[in-house]
Order: sequence, then structure tokens, then C-alpha cells
Amino acid sequence: MEIERPEIASPHEIDVAEASRIEQLRESCQQPIPDPDAWLDEEIRRNVLVTTVDYVLDWARTRSIFPLMFGLACCAFEMIGTATSRFDISRFGMDIFRWSPRQADLMIVAGTLTWKMAPAVKLVYEQMAEPKWVIAMGACAISGGTFRESYSVVPGINRIIPVDVYVPGCPPRPEGLIHGIRQIHEKVLKDSIRR
Amino acid sequence: MAIRTEPFILNMGPQHPSTHGVFRMRVTLDGEVVVDVEPVVGYLHRGIEKLAETRTYTQNIPFTDRLDYLASMTNNLAYVLAVEKLAGIEVPERAEYLRIVIAEMMRISSHLMAVGFFLNDLGAMMTPVLYMWREREKLLDLFEMVCGQRLTYNYMRIGGVSHDIPEEFLPALKRFVAEMPGFLDEYDQLLAQNEIVLARSKGVGVLPEDTAINIAASGPVLRASGVKWDVRRADPYSIYDRFDFDIPVGSAGDCYDRYWVRVQEMRQSVRILEQAIPQLPAGEVCAEVPQLLRPPVGEVYGRIEAPKGELGFYLVSDNSIAPYRFRIRPPTLINLTALRDMVIGWKVADLIITFGSIDVCLGEIDR
Amino acid sequence: MTVALNGEEIAKKIAEAFPDSVASADKAAVIVTSQSLYQVAEFLKNTPGLDFDYLNDLTAVDYLDYLEVVYHLTSLKHNHSLVLRTRCYDREEPVLPSVVRVWRAADYQEREVYDLMGITFEGHPNLKRLLLWEGFVGHPLRRGYL
Repeated sequence: MEIERPEIASPHEIDVAEASRIEQLRESCQQPIPDPDAWLDEEIRRNVLVTTVDYVLDWARTRSIFPLMFGLACCAFEMIGTATSRFDISRFGMDIFRWSPRQADLMIVAGTLTWKMAPAVKLVYEQMAEPKWVIAMGACAISGGTFRESYSVVPGINRIIPVDVYVPGCPPRPEGLIHGIRQIHEKVLKDSIRR
Repeated sequence: MAIRTEPFILNMGPQHPSTHGVFRMRVTLDGEVVVDVEPVVGYLHRGIEKLAETRTYTQNIPFTDRLDYLASMTNNLAYVLAVEKLAGIEVPERAEYLRIVIAEMMRISSHLMAVGFFLNDLGAMMTPVLYMWREREKLLDLFEMVCGQRLTYNYMRIGGVSHDIPEEFLPALKRFVAEMPGFLDEYDQLLAQNEIVLARSKGVGVLPEDTAINIAASGPVLRASGVKWDVRRADPYSIYDRFDFDIPVGSAGDCYDRYWVRVQEMRQSVRILEQAIPQLPAGEVCAEVPQLLRPPVGEVYGRIEAPKGELGFYLVSDNSIAPYRFRIRPPTLINLTALRDMVIGWKVADLIITFGSIDVCLGEIDR
Repeated sequence: MTVALNGEEIAKKIAEAFPDSVASADKAAVIVTSQSLYQVAEFLKNTPGLDFDYLNDLTAVDYLDYLEVVYHLTSLKHNHSLVLRTRCYDREEPVLPSVVRVWRAADYQEREVYDLMGITFEGHPNLKRLLLWEGFVGHPLRRGYL
């Protein structure tokens, strides 16, 4: 029985296909995506929307967020430093950094994003299951940092994916990243399952 | 009965646990055996060389931090030495000694990470990394005492260093130097004769001596293949000729030798620190250099022995405040040329550890 | 200490072996013509007494009239070094012979020079862009870009 096999592409064809994805993304992402910061006004509507069930679920969610390791450049080493024994992110329940996006809730993008890497970021973000949150760690992820004027750097990851919390610094200290994670916890606590 | 197999291309994509950064490899496999490897780089290309042409010489120092971010001050040192060679600036004695002390501490810090992540790739999960990170945190505390930052320091200046050391630095450093050989012995006791480390890394990923010279490998990769070439000995820069240290050289050029050379280099760095600390003279820490430096027309190639290899800066100056050409010689990109030769015929797991033993840093490859 | 060899003396030796290959020489460097680059490279590597077996750096600089490619060579045996240069006066389609068969270290560095400066190296087994993506328009390190 003959099985129909697809043709294996040559390296040149793979390169050309990747390049067309990059150019398409570059053209479509000229404006930043607005931040999902409606939760900051939730204070007023809080008593009506968040029920006890919501509160219990959200509390459980904050105590067991699984981060996704998406370290691109120097900030990745401060992220690993946050996970090691001195600054111990495991006491917040974020014990293991998952490598697969399907198993993670929180994507910490640490480092400079270039246009060549941007389709990969979008692909990984789309593979994560709802509910998901994004932290932009470091000056390069927030706005392009020192490299903003370069021909190949994305000026901030909020062009590609929506960002919940921005942690400034170059690189931010582990205490700074932990503060950013606590802000994510506050955001999750105000979430409702009726999303 | 012969089974008909087909080669299959596996994409170890930019986001991957074992690729030490955003590095992509297209691996052609026949079953589990590697037939071809094609590295694809450029996912962190930030255009530093182009941006540096529009910044002054002093403003370029923070760019050099972001190259090999595990040994940032060594990159600063390489750049600053090149500019001083171009402009003919003398550095005060105290600054020279401080630079050597800092450079050797950075070498220990970078090799701790290299060895820790190599063992992580071998399968020891995060345990060796956490042990090595314990020492690295002590070093990071010392760096924070000196210049206030933990990772990207921007400490060296053209003509010296930027701040003098505070009083608590030297006693803390002496304590660290006294304890460090004990920690290295602890690692040796746990790891050097470990059956799994020996079985998985001896004889794997061999780089013969003549190939290593032909591809211009440098650093521990070159020395593990049997070539006794260290820029600190062959072409001494700063005041390295005043110190007494050995150059560890491997014999087989396999992954175990690269790991062994790095551990021995850490011991030699401790030895240099023990000699340098008592000799630290008093004095100024930076020469008088104009803020907008205009070096004379000319060019220079300045190189140092960075932990990952020979880091060189080729600067062309046209007597203006910004360099005309700012070129960085990336040691790890050049060391990577032989990856294909080292892994053909081996299995996927061996590919991972051979790649880990070269110890790349993507900030430097892509610039 | 690595001794930087005097360019003029080496230029004399090269000119004896390959007449018309040396364009000019000064104390610091030897400038050869682009057609004779490959033979000069082989000569520098294989001649006993010179033995330049280690290519430290291969890079290109854009001086507005011409593009210059610079090679920094070292000999590990004798511990001496040399700077070799060559120029391309054609800015639209510059072409140079590749030295990959002499020093394999030139592999990725020539690809990077092609990517960022636009110089094509004949004889390179895999000349495609290294740091930027395949359809990128332009060569960023040239002085006129941006």
C-alpha cells in the first residue's frame, strides 16, 4: 500500500517560508496592542461581580501559576536567579519552569525581541491555554531598550502579544520580578470565571 | 530483511530547554543517529555594530556588557583595552590590579555557569546548577559592592575603572578566595569520577587538534584539544605577566576534557586572585581622559582571553567622537564551526551535550 | 609576546612568489589585489617560516570609495601576526574569492560579511544570510543604510 508522503522541503525553501512569515508579521504589527488593564477599574464593580466561588478559584489559581521559561537574552539569567535558592520563586507555588507552552499559565518574556524571533513568540503565545498572562521583563521587552533604533529589534513585545505587567530594569533585580509576579496575583484575584 | 528508512529533519527550535538561548538547529536524523546539523542563528541580532557607529566611545561600553552577559566585565575590559591601545592612554597601577581581580572573578563566575549547565544537559536537572549558583551569588554580592549591579555592570572606563572598591570588599573577597578551593574539591568529589559523567562524555564530540587550529577555535575548546595557546600567556595584556599561573591543557578534545579544563581554570583563577590581592597598590583608579575622546586616525585589533575564548575588538577611528567601524570578534560563533564534524554519527543525546560543552552565549554570536 | 610582523618585508616575500599581487604595503599591513587573494592566502599558510595557520578575524569596512576586507592572521608556532587586506572598488556587486578551503574559520565570518555588507565570496559552499532573514532588503552595515 503506498502511503502518500509530503515532499521534504529543502533548507532554502524553509528559509524563504520563514522570511515571508517574518515580513508579514512586521507589516501587520506596526501599532502596539492595547494593554488589558480593565482590571484596574474593577474596584468599583468588584462587589457585584466576584462571588465566593470566584474568590476561591482565583485564590487557588494565584497559588499555583506555572511560568513558561522564555528567556531570550541577559534578563533570562536574572529570571533563573529568581528561581534559585536565594530568591526562591517556589515559595509562591511557581516551582517548576515549564518548557512547553501547553502546560504553562504565565509567560515571562525576558530579553530583547527581534523581528526574526517574533513569529516564534506569537506561536508560543497562541499555544498557551486560557487563562494566560504575560510579563514583559526588562527594558528591551518593554520598549526595545537600548536597542530601540536598531533595524532588527521589535520596539516592545506589546506589538506582538498583549502584556499584563511590565517589570522595568536592565536587568530587573529578582526582587523586582517577584514584585511583578505579585501584581499578577492581584490581577488574577480580581478575575471572574464569567470571562 | 533490510528495513528501508528515511532521513527525517528535526527542528530544535529557537525556544528549547537545552539550547542555552535562542538558537535553532535543523538536525537530519536517520532514526536516532545524527546525519547532518545545520545551525541557524540570528534570533538575537540586535545590530550592535551599526548602533555603535552613532554613539561615542564611552557610550559604547554598555553595549559591550550585553554581548557575553555571563562575563560582562570581561567584555568591557576587551573594548576598553582596544581603545586605550588606539589612543595611547596609560592606566594607573591600582586600576590595572582591580581589572585583573575583577576579570578573574568573572572567569570563575562564567565557568561555574558553564559547568553547571553542562551537567544540566547531561541530565542532572538543576542540582549542580543550584550548587554552582550558591558560589555565584557570593560573587554577585561582591560585584554589587563594587559597582551596584548584578548582571550588566558597565564598570570599566577608558583609562581605568569607574569606582574604587569600598572597605568591605577586600575582607569579603579574601574570605571567598579562602573557601573556593574547598568548594571546587566538593564538586570534584561529587562529579569528576561519576560513572554517568564519564560514560556519557568521554570520547564524545572529539575535536582533533588540527581541526581546532583550522577553525580558529579559542579558549577552553582549543585547549582541551591539546593546543597550549592562551592569550594571557602568548600575548600578555594588562599586567598578566606579573602573575604565576598554569595553563591546563587536555589531551583528547572530547566533552570531558572541555569540562575538566574549565574546572582547572577556575583553580588557576583562584591562584591568580591569591597573588593579586596582597599586591594591590594605592592610587587613582582612572586616568584623565576627555569626555568626548577623539583617538587619532588608525585602527586597532585588541584581544583578550575571555572565559569563552578569544574576544577581539577591531576598531577603526577617523578622529571623530564615534568609532567608524566597531567590529566584535565572537569567540563562540567561530567555535561553533566544528559542531557538525563533532556530532555526525552520534546520537541526539550526544548532540545536546556536545553543544553544551562548547558553551555558547547567544548574545555574543548574534550581537 | 606576539610580534606583529612588518608588512613591507612580508610584501617583498609575497611579491617574489606572486608578482603583481601586492597593491601596496606599509608597516602595519599588506594590501593585495582581489584576484590574487586565494594564492596569497595559501602561500602565507603553507610557507615554512611564515606558517599563518590561525585566522583570528575576517571583517569588512565600508570606506565610501571602496569596500575593504581585512584578515587578521596569527601563527601559533612562531607567535607572530599579520594583517592582510584587500579592496573591492565595485560597490554594486562586489565579488571576492573565498578562503574557506585555506582556513575553515572563514566559514561563518564570510557569511556574515555577505549578510551585512553585501560582498559575495566565490567558492563558499553555503553562502546565505546568517544573522538576518532570507528576504531582507539591503545590507545594514553599509554607510548609506538608514
